[in-house]
Amino acid sequence: MDRRQFLVSTAAGAVTLAAGTAAVSAADKLKAGFIYVGPVGDFGYSYQHDLGRKAVEKALGDRVETSFAENVSEGADAERVINQFASTGYGIVFATSFGFMNAAVKVAARYPKIKFEHATGYKRGPNLATYSARFYEGRTVVGRIVAHMTKNGKIGYIGSFPIPEVVNGINAFTIALRRIRPDAEVHVIWAGSWYDPGKESAAAKALIDQGCDVICQHTDSPAAVQAAQERGIWAVGQSSDMTSFGPKAHLTAIVENWTGYYVDRVKAVLDDSWKPIDTWGGLSSGMVQLAPLNPAIPADVQDLAKQTIADISSGALHPFAGPIKDQTGKLVVAEGQHASDPDILSMAYFVEGVQGTLPT
Amino acid sequence: MSFDAWPRLEPRGEPSPAMVWLTPVIAVAATVVSGMILFTLLGFDPVATLQAYFITPVSTRYGLAELALKATPLTLCAIGLATGFRANIWNIGAEGQLTIGAICGGGVALAAWGHEGPWLLPVMMVAGVLGGMGWAAIPAWLRVRFNASEILTSLMLVYVASLLLDYLMHGPWRDPEGFNFPQSRQFGPDALLPIIVSETRLHLGSPLALVAVFSGWLLLARSFVGFQIRVIGLTPLAAGYAGFNQRRLVWITLMIGGGLSGLAGVIEVAGPIGQLTPSISPGYGFTAIIVAFLGRLHPVGILAAALLVALSYIGGEAAQISLRLPLAVTGVFQGMLLFFLLASDVLIRYRVRLGASSHRRPAPAAQGIR
Repeated sequence: MDRRQFLVSTAAGAVTLAAGTAAVSAADKLKAGFIYVGPVGDFGYSYQHDLGRKAVEKALGDRVETSFAENVSEGADAERVINQFASTGYGIVFATSFGFMNAAVKVAARYPKIKFEHATGYKRGPNLATYSARFYEGRTVVGRIVAHMTKNGKIGYIGSFPIPEVVNGINAFTIALRRIRPDAEVHVIWAGSWYDPGKESAAAKALIDQGCDVICQHTDSPAAVQAAQERGIWAVGQSSDMTSFGPKAHLTAIVENWTGYYVDRVKAVLDDSWKPIDTWGGLSSGMVQLAPLNPAIPADVQDLAKQTIADISSGALHPFAGPIKDQTGKLVVAEGQHASDPDILSMAYFVEGVQGTLPT
Repeated sequence: MSFDAWPRLEPRGEPSPAMVWLTPVIAVAATVVSGMILFTLLGFDPVATLQAYFITPVSTRYGLAELALKATPLTLCAIGLATGFRANIWNIGAEGQLTIGAICGGGVALAAWGHEGPWLLPVMMVAGVLGGMGWAAIPAWLRVRFNASEILTSLMLVYVASLLLDYLMHGPWRDPEGFNFPQSRQFGPDALLPIIVSETRLHLGSPLALVAVFSGWLLLARSFVGFQIRVIGLTPLAAGYAGFNQRRLVWITLMIGGGLSGLAGVIEVAGPIGQLTPSISPGYGFTAIIVAFLGRLHPVGILAAALLVALSYIGGEAAQISLRLPLAVTGVFQGMLLFFLLASDVLIRYRVRLGASSHRRPAPAAQGIR
């Protein structure tokens, strides 16, 4: 085929394809688009969102059609990708990472009839809803488990970025841990990325070399769990069940389950009952779950974990119940009170027991 | 078994001038054909996929504007890099210079927040250019003073720049009303580049890139500095005998590269992003290296190459959404493009021979046209 023939056949293909698209869009299907910051194969955050997308397809069958864009950079590209969905007949678009916030706001203003949802952000609009999970509730359960599993009380914690969601997770974990093991300390390393298996693995090894015997993470790859498995210590996974990456090391994982939320929201668009609300779901709504506990965890600790989940779900236990002191020893939450949602959402201090400083 | 029986490369006397310009076209054609084979193997209709990849994304005004928008920083960085590459000065750190340009220009916007005026945008642009130049001055000085390889120093400064940006976003320059999330305030209207095509994101920065293309051509083809750059790149010894000041050229090319990359950075934050965030560039400074070579280190070629590479990104995104084509295909596409280009480069400079060699002589350095 020479180049000219090739161009002709391409043009012919263009015409037939254009005709084909017109026929498809005539069908009355709701198209739902998902934008991920990482690869869907990260076995972490983006992977869990994609499970939610698949659940939408399964639950709503012929009434919906979904698609996604993965590895979308949080810079200038995000707006184009969101716009791409909005301009090609999508009825609802989920932007699943914090960095997509301002891009989502701009595109939502441009397409008032299309529904937009932004995860973990704080800006809403007439057609822009927000949603997030109370990951910190899971951290409290994990803190109690780890308090019974650590021998020397030195815990390593790999953080992504020092944003409130990560900081309040570290704090909730540390508070729960130290109420059982007052001598315990939490060593934080920042990976500077949500998904960087190389860096996460290096951070885990550095923490293990410093003597930590449990590694927690607020990053999305299973690299730290693998490192813990190799070195024979405990690890707590993040976002999805990471047992298969280190069956001996993996105590449990804080799992985000977006399935129910996504199905509900897409259904709401179909039923015309969609509202630009703010959702912050935790253990009680099932948005945050714990992966199956490692059988090596003693039965009484397993019971404690289950009781903790029940108490947080019922409201009997608040992860940020006072007294809470910050790193300098200043009382930040008095006894008998607990941190409010706005406080938790803007948390920018470490509690007592966390080693390392918060970049300010 | 003798190695002489194996196919080997023998240098040609003189590469064909026509082929030097045809190879990028051949490389693109070979990439498209291999791409179609790849699509077929992945179970996609090759023609429809190609259409969704290369035609649909730019079939609307918005799409065309996005193409120009994406090509703008690539063009700016690549022209600056090419100026150095032609003089054998290997600035690999455009990404860092871009980041510092964004920080300096964005810093001006943040400092002026609340008392802005029409003066702000030009000041931001100048600050961005100076910032990029300042960052490139470090490898330039290390090179002329200590003969330190600018490849290493400029590359390492990329990481320093991105950590500096991270620090500013997580600390001092964080939006005070932003719940501690790591990003700056959104810039005021006077700090944003005006949109030149309504209902798109195409802003005044893209015409600036065209000015850079023209100026780059003027500099390289018509000025004495350009002549020195070309001579020093082709035959450093001759340049030495002619008394050209190599140190001066190190400074000039790195300042041009740093300045243009810095401009690209400030254009990104004053254009489509509209604020400082921890991730300003998805690697434009590195992709610009591919763009520079694909464009034969010539400003006009670079413009074409930047548009092509921008299309490969945008097309990859679009095909992923409309056809569920795996995103990795974008990387494969760009990799194939570079592979075919380098392979055809080898073949226009060397011929493949079987059997014993008749003579051996050193191969000329593989470079773009001069």
